[in-house]
Amino acid sequence: MKTYDAIIVGAGHNGLTTAAFLAKSGLDVVCVEKNDYIGGAAVSRELYKDWMYSNCSYVCSLLRPEIYRSLELHRHGLQVTPYGGSVQFMENGDYYGSYHDPAVAYREMARFSRHDADAYERYSADTMRQCRFIRDTLLRTAPDPTSFKPRDIKELIAIGSKFMEMGEDRMYETIRFWTMSVAEYLAEYFETDVIRTAFSGSGIIGTALGVHSPGTAYVLLHHYMGDVDGNVGTWGVARGGMGAVSKSIAGAFQAYGGELRTEAGVDKIIVKNGQTTGVALENGEEISGRLVVSAMDVKRTFLNCMDKSDLPAAFYDRVANFKIRGSSGKVNIALDGMPTFPALPEGSTLYHSDMHFIDSMERMERAYDDWKAGTWSKDPYIDMVVPTMTDPTMAPPGKHFMSCFVQYCPYELEGRAWTDPEREEFAKTVINQIANYSPDFKELILHYEVRTPQDIEDQIGITEGNIFHGELTMDQLLFNRPVPGYAQYRSPVRGLYMCGSSTHPGGGVMAAPGANAAREILADLRRPNTVPENFGDD
Amino acid sequence: MTDKYDAIIVGGGHNGLVCAGLLAKSGKRVLVLEANDQVGGAAVTREFADGYSVSACAHLLYQLQPAVRKDLKLSVKLASDDMTTIALGDDGEHVRMVGNKASGVSDADARSYRGFRKRMTRFADLLGTYFNRPPPRLGTKDFKDVSVLARLGLDIRRLGRGEMQEFLRLIGMNIHDEVVERFESPLLKGAISLDAVLGTHLGPRSPNTIMTYLYRQAGNHGRIAAPKGGMSSVTEELAHVARTAGATIRTGMAVTRIVVENGRVAGVETEAGERFDSMIVISNADPKRTIMELVGARHVETGFTHRVHHLRSRGNAAKLHLALDGLPQIAGLSKKDFAERLVIAPDEHYVERAFNPAKYGASSPEPVVEITFPSFRDETLAPTGKHVMSAIVQYAPYALKGGWTDAAKGEFEAATIRAIERYAPDIVQRITASELLTPADIEREFHITGGHWHHGELTLDQFMFVRPVAGAAQYQMPIEGLYLCGAGTHPGGGVSGAAGRNAARAILGREKAA
Amino acid sequence: MTIQEVPQGRLRTPFYSRMSELDTVNSWHEWKGYTTPDELYCAETEYFAIRNATGVFDLTPMTKYRISGPDSLEYINRLVTRDMAKIKPGRVAYAVWCDDRGQVIDDGTIFHLREGEYRLCSQERHFDWLMASAIGFDVSVVEETAEVAGLAVQGPTSYSVLSNMGLDGLGELKVFGLMHFDFQGAELMVSRTGFTGDLGYELWIEPAKAEQLWDALFEAGKLHGIRAIGVHALEMARVEAGYLAAYEDFLPAKATLRTGRTRSPLELGLDWLVDFKKPVFNGRRALAEEQRRGSTWRLVKLDIDGNKTAHHSYIYAKPKNNKREIGFVTSAVWSPICKQNVAIGTVRMPHGEIGSNVWVEIYYQREMHWSKAMAKASVVDKPFWFPPRRSATPPGPY
Repeated sequence: MKTYDAIIVGAGHNGLTTAAFLAKSGLDVVCVEKNDYIGGAAVSRELYKDWMYSNCSYVCSLLRPEIYRSLELHRHGLQVTPYGGSVQFMENGDYYGSYHDPAVAYREMARFSRHDADAYERYSADTMRQCRFIRDTLLRTAPDPTSFKPRDIKELIAIGSKFMEMGEDRMYETIRFWTMSVAEYLAEYFETDVIRTAFSGSGIIGTALGVHSPGTAYVLLHHYMGDVDGNVGTWGVARGGMGAVSKSIAGAFQAYGGELRTEAGVDKIIVKNGQTTGVALENGEEISGRLVVSAMDVKRTFLNCMDKSDLPAAFYDRVANFKIRGSSGKVNIALDGMPTFPALPEGSTLYHSDMHFIDSMERMERAYDDWKAGTWSKDPYIDMVVPTMTDPTMAPPGKHFMSCFVQYCPYELEGRAWTDPEREEFAKTVINQIANYSPDFKELILHYEVRTPQDIEDQIGITEGNIFHGELTMDQLLFNRPVPGYAQYRSPVRGLYMCGSSTHPGGGVMAAPGANAAREILADLRRPNTVPENFGDD
Repeated sequence: MTDKYDAIIVGGGHNGLVCAGLLAKSGKRVLVLEANDQVGGAAVTREFADGYSVSACAHLLYQLQPAVRKDLKLSVKLASDDMTTIALGDDGEHVRMVGNKASGVSDADARSYRGFRKRMTRFADLLGTYFNRPPPRLGTKDFKDVSVLARLGLDIRRLGRGEMQEFLRLIGMNIHDEVVERFESPLLKGAISLDAVLGTHLGPRSPNTIMTYLYRQAGNHGRIAAPKGGMSSVTEELAHVARTAGATIRTGMAVTRIVVENGRVAGVETEAGERFDSMIVISNADPKRTIMELVGARHVETGFTHRVHHLRSRGNAAKLHLALDGLPQIAGLSKKDFAERLVIAPDEHYVERAFNPAKYGASSPEPVVEITFPSFRDETLAPTGKHVMSAIVQYAPYALKGGWTDAAKGEFEAATIRAIERYAPDIVQRITASELLTPADIEREFHITGGHWHHGELTLDQFMFVRPVAGAAQYQMPIEGLYLCGAGTHPGGGVSGAAGRNAARAILGREKAA
Repeated sequence: MTIQEVPQGRLRTPFYSRMSELDTVNSWHEWKGYTTPDELYCAETEYFAIRNATGVFDLTPMTKYRISGPDSLEYINRLVTRDMAKIKPGRVAYAVWCDDRGQVIDDGTIFHLREGEYRLCSQERHFDWLMASAIGFDVSVVEETAEVAGLAVQGPTSYSVLSNMGLDGLGELKVFGLMHFDFQGAELMVSRTGFTGDLGYELWIEPAKAEQLWDALFEAGKLHGIRAIGVHALEMARVEAGYLAAYEDFLPAKATLRTGRTRSPLELGLDWLVDFKKPVFNGRRALAEEQRRGSTWRLVKLDIDGNKTAHHSYIYAKPKNNKREIGFVTSAVWSPICKQNVAIGTVRMPHGEIGSNVWVEIYYQREMHWSKAMAKASVVDKPFWFPPRRSATPPGPY
C-alpha cells in the first residue's frame, strides 16, 4: 500500500492551502474530502439551474494576499473584484448609506451628525492602528507564553516590543480595545444610533455574543483587517462565487503534484503507539500517511474521528469544552430580477452594497437575546448582498443571486433539533424583514435555500456550523486557540496536525491557519519553507 | 485666614478615611470633609425605620485588606465571620457553600467545586497582591514600573504551566461557560453567576465576569463577614484611628469645588462658602464627579476629559431594607441559618434573564437577590425580637427609562418581594417598614455618579492599568496636587481600603522622590 | 418615501461658475469634497500674479467653525497653545492646537470677529475634537464651512483692487487685522491674512453674494492685473513664505497610525506660539516635559545649492559616508522670484541648527534618465520671501 508523506483531511480552503504548500515543497500529499465537491464552506454550487450559489461564505477580503501571490492563484482562475459600501434601512423610511467615495461617505454621515462624520477619521485611525497590530500576527505562529523555548521567547519579545513601540497612550488604547464591547467602543466615537448600528455588525457576525458583550470590539478587526489591493477593510466578490477561492487553491495544489480525492470522508484518524499512521475512510478503505493534517474543526477532529484513549485526558476535556457555537444561518435566494428598494434613489450605487435592515443598537442586542433564549432572532441582523450586481457570472443576465447571512440563528431550538416547518419559519422571518423594505422582492424569488447551523454542520461538517470554527473570544485567541499549549498546529499525537480555522488566527477565508500549519510542518520535517512571510508595514 | 493643611480629603468614605489615617500617621496635617452627617460614605449604618438600622449600601465585608488592617492597627468586631452562602431552592432544597465546600449538590459537583474554588483562590490571591500597590505605567523605562511588570509576569509564570494557561484563558472569559462546563446543580451555577455579576452591569454570559468573580475573592479567600453594628462600625473605627493620628474630620461639609489656581490645586470650597487651602487635595469622590463637577473640565486637557466623560458607571444594584416583626419562615432553613448569606439565583439563565432588561433601561421583573438578616447576630440593629433584612437586588439600572418614579420604585420593590416570597411565603406579613435605594437614590444620597458601588464599571477596559482612565492609574490626576483615592481607582470598590491605602502611599512616595 | 440622496462626486463652490469661465486647462482636483483648480491657465503665470499683481484663490473649502458663548475665550485658550486673551476683537491669530501629548492636530487662523465671537478656520475638519473640548464650557461651536464663501486676494496690487472696489478705510487695516464692510446689503468680512507671504487679504461672504463679489472684484482689478489662480501657484508661494501645510509638513496627530509620525509645535518651529504662562491648555504638560528633556525633531527651512528641486529627498549630515539619513524634505520648490532652490524639511535633533549646513540627496530626471545629486543646503531662519510691502500700513499704491 502506498504511504503518503501527508494526508490532509478536508478540502476546505485551509486544508487545500496546507496541502498546496506541502506539495510545493515536494511532499507527496493527498487531500481527502467527504463531499463530492471541494471547498468546504468556500464553495459555489449550482443549486438552481444556471445559478451559482456562494451558499456558505459569500464575500472575500481576508484572504491573505501573500498566499494569493505565493500560490499564484490568479493562474488558477481566481479574480477578486472589490465592491463598495453598505446601507442600513431604517424603520422610519430613511436609510443610512456608506459609500465608497470618502467625500460622499462624509456627506451622508453628516446628514445624521456632523460630529459623527468628523469622528469617523478618529475611529478609522484608532481601529486601523489595532488592525496593523493584529495583521502582523496573522502569518505567524502564536508564541506560547508559558514556554521557555527560545523561539517562543523570541516571538513573544517581538510582539511585546511591537506593543511597546506603540507608546504609553496607545498601549492603554490597545488594552481597552481588546476588552471592550463593540457598543461601548462605538459610543466613544459616534452619537447616532444608526451609525453605531452600521459599524456594530462587524463586531458580532459569526459570534455567540451581543453588541454589548465585552470583547466584541476585537471582532471588528476580523472584518477590517482584510484588504483588496491595499484598500484596508474593503470587501470583494470572487468571480464565480466563493468556490473560485477553493478551486484556485486546489488548482495550485494539483499543479504542484498533489492528489485530491472527493467522496472520501474520514471515519477515523489511525493512531499507533502515539503516532498517526493514516486514516480510515467511511467506506472502509485505509490510507496510509506519515502525517495527518486535519482541516476539520478541532471538535470534529478529536471527538468524532479519534479514540478518546489516544488523547491526554486534559486535552480531550479542553477540546470538549472548546466553544464553537452555531450562531448564524443563511438564506440563499435565486431572483428573477433585482428587487427595488423604494427608499433608495433609482440607480443608487448602494444597490451594489451590503444591505442591512436593522437600525438600532437595541434591536441588535435584542436579536442576541432571542439566541440566548434558544431561538432565532425574530428581528435578525441580516447581511444581505447581491454578488451578481458585481459578478455577472453567477446567474443568467438580468437575473440575480442573493446571499442573506443571518445573525442570530441557534444550532438547536431550545435544546432540540430543528424541524422543517421551523426552518421555513426562519426563512420567512428573513424574507419578510427584507420584503418590508422591498415590495417586489417576494415575487422575484425563484428558489431559495435555508441553512441553519445544523444544515451547515450536516453538509460541511463544521461543528454547530460556526463560521469561524470556534468563538473569537479572548480565551480562544492567539496562544489559547484552539487549546492552550496546542496553539502551534501540533496536536498531542505525533504526526497529527491541525490546520483549520479552529487554529490561530481563526476563520474568515484567510487561508492563514492553513499556511501557518504548513510552515510548522515543514519545519518539523526540516524541509525548505514554502510559506510566505507577511508583507509587513501595511 | 483659614487653616492650612498638608492635604484635604474630599469625602469621608472608607477609602478617604484609610488615606487620611495613613497620611496623618506619617505626620501630615490632614482635613477630611464629608458631606453627610456621618462618616463612612456608602459604608455606613443608618436607621431607616424607627429603631431599625442597617448598613445602607455595602452590607458585607469581603476584602478589607489585611495590609490596611495592619497599617492602621484596626480592630473590627465581626458579627459574623466566614458566612455560608445558601442558594435558595424550591421545597427547601438549598445549596450551601462555604470555603471550598459545597453541600446539597452531587458528589461530582462537590468535587468539582473544590477544584474550582482552589483555582479561583489561587488566581484571586495573585491578583490580590497587585491590589495593594499602584498599577505600573506601561511603556515607560522607569525602574519601578518595569520591575512591577516583570514581577507580574513572573508571578503568572510561577503558577506553573498548566495553571498559567488556565489563568490566561480564564481572565477574559465569562462565568456562564465556566459554570456550565463544571457543574450540574442549577443552584450552584446560579449562585456562582450571581457572585460574578453583583455590582456590575454584566450578565453571566458577558465575557469579563470571571474577572469580577475573582475580584470579590481577592485578599480574603472568598471569606464573607459582617461587622458588628453594621458598616459604620468599620468606618467609625477608621475615623477614630485617623483622628487619633491627628487628622481633622468634619462632617456635614459638602465640598462643591476643588479650587485650581495657576494650573495647580490650591484648596477646596464648601457648599457653605468656606474655603480651605491646601496644596494637595485627595478626592474620595468618584472620578467623574471629581473631574467634571468639583474640578471642572476646563482645568484639564481635552483627551483626559473625553476619557473621563466616557467612563462607564451605570449602577445596577439596588438596596432593599425591610423592618420585620419577626423572622420569616423559609423551608429547609434552621433558625441559625438566618445568620448566613442567602441568595436568590435559581440558575445561571435566571441571572442572565434578570440582566436582559437592564440593557434596555428596564428593571428586572424577576431580580436576583442577596439577602442577610444582620439583626440576627447583632441585637443593636433592631428592637428586641424584631429583625431587619438587608438585600442587594439586581438589576435596577440607574438610567431607568422613564426615571425612578415612585411607581417604578414600587414596582421593583414588589418584584423583589415576590422573588423573596417564593422562598419565604410569610415575608409580606412580617414587614412593618421598608426602604428601597435605587442607584439613583444612592447617587443622590451618597454622591456617587450613577450610584455604582465601584464608582466605575469593573471591566478589563477599566481595570488596573487603565483604571479609572488611561494615563491616570497612579492616583495622581493630571493637575498638580490632585489625587483620587476612591473606588474609581485601582483596584476598585468594595470595603477593602486598598485604593485609599495605595493613594496615600503614592502621595508619600512622590514626596519622598521630590 | 424616497430620501434625497446626498450629492455624489464633487461639490462646486459658489465661485465655480466664475472659475470655470476663466478656465482654459481643465485641471481640477478634490479638496474636502469640493472641486478646486490645480491651475486655470498656467501655474507660473498665476504665481507671478501673486508676486506681481493680484491672484485670487477660492478658499471656500477651508473648514470654518463659529465659536461663541460666554466661555468662548476660555474655551479657545484651553484649545490652542498661544494666549488668545491678547487677540482683541478685530484681530486674527495664527494658532496650532495639540492633543494631550502635545502633538499637533492642526494649525489654522482664528478670527476674533466680535467680542466673544470667533471663527476658527483650518485645512482639516475638527468638529469631533472641538466638541470633546467643549465639555464643561458654556460655548457653542457650529460648523459654517458651507455657509461662508472665501476668497484670498493676494499680491502687491491687492490693496488697490479692493480700494477700487470701494472698501474705504482698508488702508488702516494692519496685518492680522479684520474689518467688516457692507457689500450689496450683505456683510463682507476682510482680513489682512494669507498663505503667500505677500501683501494680501482674505474676503469672507455669504454664498448667495459670492458671484457678485467675484464680479465686483474682477471689475475693480481689471487694470491691476487681477487673475484667478489654482493650487499649484499658491503652493509655490506658501513654501517661499515658509508656511506649513497639513499632510505635507506635518500630519494631524489623530490620523497617524505609526508611532513617532506626529510632531509637536516645538518640533515644527512654532515655539513662539506656545505660551507656557497659560496655566492650562491642551498639550501643556507634555510640551513642558518636552522642553525639559529636548525635542526629537526640528523643522528646517533649507536654501539648497543648485537648481534641482529636492522633492521627497533624504537629508544627511555630511556629503558622504553617512550611516543614515538625519531627516527628509517635506515641501520643496524652485523659487522663481528669489531664484533659490528652497525647501522645508524635518531633521532629527540636534541636527539642523540655524546657519549650519546639511546635505540633500536629490533624484532628478532628464530625458527619461534619472540622476542623483548630493547638494549642500544651509539652514535659514527667515522665510525665503518676506517683502516689506507685506506689512506696510497703509500699503503702498501699486
